[in-house]
Amino acid sequence: MKKFMSGNEAAARGVYESGAKVGSAYPGTPSTEIFEDLPQYAPELYCEWAPNEKVAAEVAYGASVAGVRSVCAMKHVGVNVAADPIFTAAYNGVGGGYVIISADDPSMHSSQNEQDNRYYARAAKIAMVEPSDSQECKDFMKAAYEISERFDIPVLYRVTTRVCHSKGIVELGERENVAAKPYVKNIAKNVSAPANAKANHPKLEANLRELEKYACTSPLNRMELAGSKIGVVTASIAYQYAKEAFPADASFLKLGITNPMPMELVREFAAKVDKLYVVEELEPYMEEQIRAAGIECVGKELIPNMYELNPEIVAESVFGTKAETRDPGCAIVARPPALCPGCPHRGFFYTMSKHKDYVVCGDIGCYTLGSADPLRAIDTVVCMGGGFSVAMGMAKAFEMAGQTDKKVFGVVGDSTFFHSGMTGAAEIIYNKGKVIPVVLDNSITGMTGHQENPGSGLTLMGEPAKNILIEDVLKAYGYENIIIVDPQDLNAMQRAVDDAVASTAPAAIITRRPCLLIKKIKHDIGLCRVDAEKCRGCKACLKVGCPAIFMKDGKASIDATLCVGCTVCAQVCPFKAIERMGE
Amino acid sequence: MSNVKSILLVGVGGQGTILVSKLLTSGLIKAGYDVKMSEVHGMAQRGGSVSTQVRYGDKVYSPIIGRGQADVLVAFEKMEAVRYAEFLKPDAIAVINDHEIVPLPVAAGLTEYPQGTVEAMSSAFKTLVLPAAEIADSLGNSRCMNIVLFGALVKAFGMTDIDWKEVMREQLKPSILEINLKAFDAGMAL
Repeated sequence: MKKFMSGNEAAARGVYESGAKVGSAYPGTPSTEIFEDLPQYAPELYCEWAPNEKVAAEVAYGASVAGVRSVCAMKHVGVNVAADPIFTAAYNGVGGGYVIISADDPSMHSSQNEQDNRYYARAAKIAMVEPSDSQECKDFMKAAYEISERFDIPVLYRVTTRVCHSKGIVELGERENVAAKPYVKNIAKNVSAPANAKANHPKLEANLRELEKYACTSPLNRMELAGSKIGVVTASIAYQYAKEAFPADASFLKLGITNPMPMELVREFAAKVDKLYVVEELEPYMEEQIRAAGIECVGKELIPNMYELNPEIVAESVFGTKAETRDPGCAIVARPPALCPGCPHRGFFYTMSKHKDYVVCGDIGCYTLGSADPLRAIDTVVCMGGGFSVAMGMAKAFEMAGQTDKKVFGVVGDSTFFHSGMTGAAEIIYNKGKVIPVVLDNSITGMTGHQENPGSGLTLMGEPAKNILIEDVLKAYGYENIIIVDPQDLNAMQRAVDDAVASTAPAAIITRRPCLLIKKIKHDIGLCRVDAEKCRGCKACLKVGCPAIFMKDGKASIDATLCVGCTVCAQVCPFKAIERMGE
Repeated sequence: MSNVKSILLVGVGGQGTILVSKLLTSGLIKAGYDVKMSEVHGMAQRGGSVSTQVRYGDKVYSPIIGRGQADVLVAFEKMEAVRYAEFLKPDAIAVINDHEIVPLPVAAGLTEYPQGTVEAMSSAFKTLVLPAAEIADSLGNSRCMNIVLFGALVKAFGMTDIDWKEVMREQLKPSILEINLKAFDAGMAL
C-alpha cells in the first residue's frame, strides 16, 4: 500500500514496522509529529511524552537493556539535554535495538540555534543513520535497529526540518514481530562503574571498526554512477538538492550511514571521478573526515555552512548559476509571529513591560514572543529551564555589584517547569536567590502544537493521569508565598507582582489560564469593540501587542474576525473606549 | 527534472493554505505524478508568514525550491505575494488574493501597510488578482476563501484535466462540501 506521508509520519511507521515496543520523547519542532503519530500503533507499541529529553533517552535505553527495540525522539537541542545517558549507553551497548531520533533545524525555523548534531554521533561514538526522504525515513529505521543489535551500539537517527516536514509517497510494509530478548542480569555490561567502563571502551572501538567495514557494503550507502568527470558525496536532504543542481552525468555516492564514515567506499568512489564534491547542509562534517583521510575534495569553500540549502543555492554556489528572478520593486513590512489574540501570556508581559526596573529572564515556548515589539518584556532567553537559573545568576551579579534597583523575574511555562524549571526553582530557594520565579501555566505545551505534560492530566496515549500541581511542587521546595493569578485581569496581575516583590517569605507566582487554542475546554469567547466617539487615538491599546487591534483614520479599531474578547486592551484604555459586547 | 512543476502557496498562519495543498497533492497523486510537498510548522504559525510548496512530475527529488524556480504562486494575502516574488520564474503566473491582513508592526503603529503591492506584482508577472474574501463572503462562508483561490489556481495554471471535485468529495467533510464546491466553481469562473 502507498501513502503520502511526512518524514515524521514515515519514521513513526518505520518504528512500528521494526517491531519496536517502547518509545519515549519530549516534543520539539521539527520532531513532534513522530510521537503524535505513534499512539495509533498501540497496543503493540507503548509510547509516552517524558518530562524532558534526558528522561526520554533513559526510558528508551532502559527498555533496550530489558531486551526490546525502543526509540526516543527530540529536536536537536534536546540532544544536549539527553547527551549524558547517550554517551554512556555507547560504552554499555544495547539489549534490544536502541534508536535516538535527532531532528535538526537548519535555518532555525523554530529553534534557538542550528547546531549540527552529526557531531554528536562522532563525539558519543555511536552509529548514525541519515534518511533523505519519507520512504527512507521508514525503510532506514529497520536498518537502524539491525545495526544497533548487530554492532551492540545506539543509533543516532538524524533528520532535518525538510526531511521531517516534507511529504512524499511511501510504500508501506508489515510489522516485523521481534520477540523480546530474555533479560539476563549483566553487571559488567550494564553498570558503568570505572572498571567496567574501562573494559567496555575497547569493545566499543572494535564494534565501530566492524561497523565501518559494514557501512562500506551496506545498501544504505550506494553509488549512482553516471559520468567520470564529477562525483558528489552527499547525504540527507542535501542529496535531493544536489540531484537537481548537478548535471545528469554527475556520479553520486549517497550515504545513509554517516558514522562511522565508510571511508574505503569514499576512496573507491573518489578514484572513479576527476573532481569530488561534498554536498552537505550546515557544517563540513563529512568533508573534514574525507580530507583527513587524504582524499581531495571541494565543499565548504563553495557551499555555505549556515542556514538550509536548496537546489538553487547548491547550483549557484558550485557552478555560479544565477537564478533568473524579477523584482516587483515594492517595499514590504515584516510579519513576525505574535502572541495570539486572547493569549493568556499577554497580560503578564504587558504588566512586566510597564516597569523599567524589572529584569525578566524568559524561556523557550510561545512566551518567548513576549520579547517582541511592542511588549519587549523579556531580557534573556537561552534554553529550556534557563529562565529560572539565568535569572538567579543575574540576581547574584546585581547583588555582588551592589545594584539594588533591579527586580529579577525568572519565567518558564508549565511544560518547561516539569522539563527542567524545577531544578532552577530548587536552586533559587536553596541558594537564597533574590528572584521571583513565575510559571506561566496555560495547561499545555503550546508552541509545539498542544502536547500533554505531567501537569495536564492526560498521557500521550490518551489515558487519564495524575496531574501534578505546580503549586504543590513549589510548596514542597519551600516557597511560602505562592500567588496564583489570572493574568488576564491586569489589576490582579500587578497586585500579584507587587505582593511577590514585597514578600519577606520566599514567593513565587503562577499565572493560570488555559491556552485559548485548547479545543477540549469551553472558552469564554466574546468580542470587544471600540466606541469611536470615546476613542481619542492615544494608542495605549496598541501597547498590548494584539494582532486584532489596529489604527484606522486616527482611531483604534478591532478586527472582529480575530478578536476573542479577552478585554486586555479594554483594561488599558484610559478613556474606557473599548468594551466587550453584550456586557 | 525538466518536467517538474512547482507551486508555491503563501499567506498568513491560519488562512487555510494547508487544506489547499492537501487537495492539490491528493489530486496530483491520483493523476499518477510523483509528488512532494513541504511546509513549515512551529513558531511561524503564530500569525507569521507561511509558505507551502508542492512539486510534481515524473520524478521529484527536492521538496523545496529556491529563487526563480516556482511556476505558479498563490498568495492568500497580497503583501505576501511580494515577499515571495523572488522565488518565481520570470514567466510564472501569480494568483493574488486582493486581501490585506495587517502585520503586527503596522497594527502597533510602527509603520504603514505598503501601497501598490498588487500593481507591483502585475507589472512584473502575469497575474490573476481576485477578491477571494469577498467572493467567499457572498457565498455565505468567509472560511471557503482558500477554495476560491484553489479554483482560480486550477484555472490559471491549466490543471483542469484532473477531476478536482471528485478529490474534494473524497477529502472534505460532507457538512462543508457543498459550500466548497461552490467556492471552487466561483474561483474557476474568473
